Amino acid sequence: MNGPSFHSVTLDPAKCKGCTTCIRFCPTEAIRVRKGRAFILDERCIDCGECIRTCPNNAKKAVSDPLSVLADYAVRVALPAPTLYSQFDERFSVDRILSALLELGFTDVFEVARAAEFVADATAEWIAAAGDGGPWISSACPAVVKLLQVRFPSLLDRLVPIISPMEAAARIVKERLYPGRTDVGVFFISPCAGKVTVSRYPLGLAQSAVDGVIAIKDIYLPLRNALSSVVERPISRAGARGVAWAHIDGESDAVGVPRALGVSGISHVISVFEALENGKMKDVKFIEALACPAGCVGGPLTVENPYIARARVRALERSANDRAARERRVEDAGIGLGFDEAVRARSGLRLAPDLLKAMIMLEETEVVVESLPGLDCGSCGAPTCRAFAEDVAKGDAVIAGCIFKLRENVRKMAEELLSMESIQPPGLDKD
Amino acid sequence: MKLRYQVSGDDLSLAGKASSEVKRALGRLGVDPGAIKRTAVSMYEAEMNMVIHGGGGVAVAEFSPERIVITMEDSGPGIADLDLAMQEGYSTAPEWIREMGFGAGMGLPNMKRNSDELRIESEVGKGTTVTIVIIFSVPGGGQA
Repeated sequence: MNGPSFHSVTLDPAKCKGCTTCIRFCPTEAIRVRKGRAFILDERCIDCGECIRTCPNNAKKAVSDPLSVLADYAVRVALPAPTLYSQFDERFSVDRILSALLELGFTDVFEVARAAEFVADATAEWIAAAGDGGPWISSACPAVVKLLQVRFPSLLDRLVPIISPMEAAARIVKERLYPGRTDVGVFFISPCAGKVTVSRYPLGLAQSAVDGVIAIKDIYLPLRNALSSVVERPISRAGARGVAWAHIDGESDAVGVPRALGVSGISHVISVFEALENGKMKDVKFIEALACPAGCVGGPLTVENPYIARARVRALERSANDRAARERRVEDAGIGLGFDEAVRARSGLRLAPDLLKAMIMLEETEVVVESLPGLDCGSCGAPTCRAFAEDVAKGDAVIAGCIFKLRENVRKMAEELLSMESIQPPGLDKD
Repeated sequence: MKLRYQVSGDDLSLAGKASSEVKRALGRLGVDPGAIKRTAVSMYEAEMNMVIHGGGGVAVAEFSPERIVITMEDSGPGIADLDLAMQEGYSTAPEWIREMGFGAGMGLPNMKRNSDELRIESEVGKGTTVTIVIIFSVPGGGQA
């Protein structure tokens, strides 16, 4: 399989003006503008949400589940991402936010931050067992894992094969808190568009234990309304180590590996991976790469500014360990946290399935690139002149789609017309 | 097919651009990830050497269905003792380069380890030409 044909990131055709802003920011060149609107190339999309962030017309959105999905289950467990805690100001404690979730139709709450602590322990153990190698790359961010699949397949063998905190939380709920029951639904409260996709088409696993993904921005208002009146209960048990996963460097600190590198924002992540592929960073042991600015607090499904949100999480970390000292529901994960299967490369950027054919297309690409202005203006609907040349070589675009080439042709035609105009048939020539 | 790149000798921040372009091309061809990585490592090292020691030059990548041959030619000072340069840890890089984390003398042996064939022709006062050959393990295969 070459990646899911389902993606959380989609386009609202009524809002898209075909303006080409999104195509420039897409890290896998997965968007083309055709017939006045943006199209996403499924085989290249990594669900990073960069287009959602950059679209000036709010035409890009992430499909997630509505709160009404809860109705299908007798037991309805909310799995709040630690980022949720940062979306409300300091008046609202973590306990209050979790208590308010129970007012919205959930019957139970299990914090993803708690599962993150187990994932951090498993990651530290795995790295210790791996010995001298490295640097190892965290698999927590689905957009980063997919970026590796599409753009950096040679780095896939550096992925830490441990499931994400979301998946770990869902499994703990199903296998330990409610074992053997079929009427339990678990719902991730998500800052992240990519989590919607991986809850249906997981990475490294055959099947996800998550039943639905609800966007923080969709639950924000009902939750905000419930917050002021709810009776606060002592629900939270996640420590600072888990809560800190909401922002960059939080996971590295939780894993506790010396010489860790934290990088956030997809363009910075790409430059780190470029350097890693070139054999640099031999002194780094662990890479925590998160696609969104400042980490998950910068996710496209959040409401609050990422940096304000990060400041709040950091403040929360100072008090988190008091809550973590409460009587625990689970002392350890008690379930397997390893991948079931290897994460494979995706061939979305390949020109053709056959290497010889691809080589002919690459050669044509070079010829076309030479003839283009190199302005990367985007008028052709492709992000760069080179990407357009590849589309031409693949037969997905025609060279006259470049307005500069088109203008050149028109000019040539006009010149020809002009020169023909001065030529008269000899019989009519009166000079 | 051949791709040709000019490597600037005075801007370290641009170093790695040629190897990055070659990497992109190999990805478009669907070459096996192992070969892409070996090409990246060995060409990047050679490109760094070209910038640091050779004063820049020209990199040519020649693609065929079985292999890539990279030729990197500079008109720098040349290498006086090639055997010595091939030793782990030997370096003539100036101090400021080492402070940036480069020039630890790993260049040539690392290139040799990562390539299927490495040829270095050098003449003192004239320049150095490095030829790197990487053979693809499964032509067109290796990816889902």
